[in-house]
Amino acid sequence: MPLSTSSNFARPDDAFRAIVEAHRGLTEEQSADFDAALVLILANHIGDIDVLREALVLAKRRMIDGQQQQQQQQ
Amino acid sequence: MADANTHQAKIQFGYRRHPDQDRPGQSPAEHPVVIVGAGPVGLSLAIDLAQRGQRVVLLDDADRIGEGSRAICFSKRSLEYWDRLGVADRMVDKGVVWSVGRIFHGESQLYQFNLLPEDGHKRPAFINLQQYYAEAYLVDRISDLPDIDLRWRNKVTALEQRNDSVALTIETPEGAYRLHAQYIIACDGARSSLRQMVGAEFGGQVFEDQFLIADVKMTAEFPTERWFWFDPPFHAGRSALLHKQPDDVWRIDLQLNRYADPVVEKKPENVRPRIARMLGHDKFEFEWISLYKFQCRRMDRFIHGRVIFAGDSAHQVSPFGARGANSGLEDAENLSWKLDRVLRGTSPASLLESYHVERSLAADENIRESTRSTDFMAPNSHQEARLRKAVLSLAKETEFGKRMVNGGRLSVPCSYDSPLSSRDAEAWGGGPSPGCSMLDAPVSTRGGGQAYLTDAFRKGGTDFTLLSFGNGAAIDTPDGVKDIRIGGEGGLADPQGLVAKRYDAEPGSAYLLRPDGYVAARFRHPTRAGVAAALSRAAGLN
Ligand SMILES: Cc1cc2nc3c(=O)[nH]c(=O)nc-3n(C[C@H](O)[C@H](O)[C@H](O)COP(=O)(O)OP(=O)(O)OC[C@H]3O[C@@H](n4cnc5c(N)ncnc54)[C@H](O)[C@@H]3O)c2cc1C
Repeated sequence: MPLSTSSNFARPDDAFRAIVEAHRGLTEEQSADFDAALVLILANHIGDIDVLREALVLAKRRMIDGQQQQQQQQ
Repeated sequence: MADANTHQAKIQFGYRRHPDQDRPGQSPAEHPVVIVGAGPVGLSLAIDLAQRGQRVVLLDDADRIGEGSRAICFSKRSLEYWDRLGVADRMVDKGVVWSVGRIFHGESQLYQFNLLPEDGHKRPAFINLQQYYAEAYLVDRISDLPDIDLRWRNKVTALEQRNDSVALTIETPEGAYRLHAQYIIACDGARSSLRQMVGAEFGGQVFEDQFLIADVKMTAEFPTERWFWFDPPFHAGRSALLHKQPDDVWRIDLQLNRYADPVVEKKPENVRPRIARMLGHDKFEFEWISLYKFQCRRMDRFIHGRVIFAGDSAHQVSPFGARGANSGLEDAENLSWKLDRVLRGTSPASLLESYHVERSLAADENIRESTRSTDFMAPNSHQEARLRKAVLSLAKETEFGKRMVNGGRLSVPCSYDSPLSSRDAEAWGGGPSPGCSMLDAPVSTRGGGQAYLTDAFRKGGTDFTLLSFGNGAAIDTPDGVKDIRIGGEGGLADPQGLVAKRYDAEPGSAYLLRPDGYVAARFRHPTRAGVAAALSRAAGLN
């Protein structure tokens, strides 16, 4: 099963909001710890190494795109 | 090496002049096989080759064994191999048998595991035995085998590859001499000088953190389990390990940071308080102390012309997982039967290439596993440390978290994606597939004697063997192939049904085993032609 990138939540704003709110009141350090735990919990729930790898690539592309934009601006 | 080297060499061996040294320089003695290095790998390989009928010269630059504390954990697979070499009983009798490990975080236990949760195996998951005992028993076994010519204080200092042989220059207390050999097996350890002589690289990773390893003697009531701590109260922020060895000796590993000064850290007066904190008392003596930086490296190719590398000379791993000596022993068992066939002319020299293919795959797996463990213990970045922290805290509450905690994944035989294997042509719901190691199970003989499948394999002569089930369409086995029958008339009985179960066998099923106990092919309905084809593939004949 490939990584699903169509919208899966009936109410996507609720999902986004839930994550945002979970970070409220946390220091940068705590937020980073929280994210690390959340990623591991969700990765295990997906339980499919190919889907996980696709997700990693998709997320990583943000870093690459970001770098390219920075380079173009320079 | 260590300041606290109270442990004396167990055995000292004398140098003895050999007639080969008296030969004129232009006509050196010629030998089929010379093994360089009498560590666990070279010693085992020599015994294996000699049992197969080969004459072997084994050279070592030292004159003793028992230097320091190195390997302690020897795997089931290694014990099964040593069984075939006639030394396993002694190792197991002396060793500490174990299969359970516990992982702690801080004060509390995260989980425990059992490496062999089922019965019906001749050998345990692991024994702990000081490497010097293992070596001493192997040397004793060698003295029963006149075909092995073991020469101490013979140091190889030069090597020259020729078309049909290799010329070695060997330094001894009485000067240098030369030898010619058809094949050289370099078992000369991680700092291999033969590797330099063939000009090969040894690429890989060095881990920054240092590990203090101490063997201490004390009487203690801890169980014979492997205990591993992350961030224990007695050694905050780092990892620690405690494991029992014979003679009331305990192995203790303490992770230190990358800046620790080895000279200072190794001083017994500095080690003592660390260990006293761990044990809660200081009633112990030091057997040995050393400080290591671990590495994971391998050669690109294990074969360079007529020089073949095995054990630490070919690949090195960090010790978490006990994959060093154990994987070197697997190298030896993989190489020995192939070299024997090539020397006899029953297989072409190209069969040796499969040694490189199979064992370099295994090296990659062992390096991957031990790198992951070492990285988990000593995270490389802030973010890696953060992820590890998340895993450790999730492990308290969740099963998936426990399974991600990596305090060492212990050595198991690797499976080969190999040109020697024949693919399954029929459906199998279990059992070892081609390229996997055979599994043990209890059997009983006609007379009612209890034994194991691995015994039957060994007694058959550790050659190509057809393991077949039931009375089904029994086929004549091809020439030179040994037979093990389970069930049916004249076969071994399967009293608990475990052989059939572990091999997913039905009446008529058959497995073709290689001389190293790996599965070459399996058949639901074996035919003479099918078995013969698998046999010639596994012997490198096509
Ligand atoms: C702290 C520690 C813990 C370990 N724990 C484990 C464990 O629990 N389980 C496990 O499986 N492994 C373990 N290992 C790894 C294990 O010790 C090695 O993998 C093993 O010794 C390799 O055996 P070898 O025969 O390839 O080489 P070695 O044991 O290094 O033997 C090489 C031999 O070659 C000789 N030699 C070298 N150069 C020459 C020359 N030019 N001429 C002649 N002779 C030469 C040397 O004198 C030596 O005798 C551990 C290692 C360490 C350091």
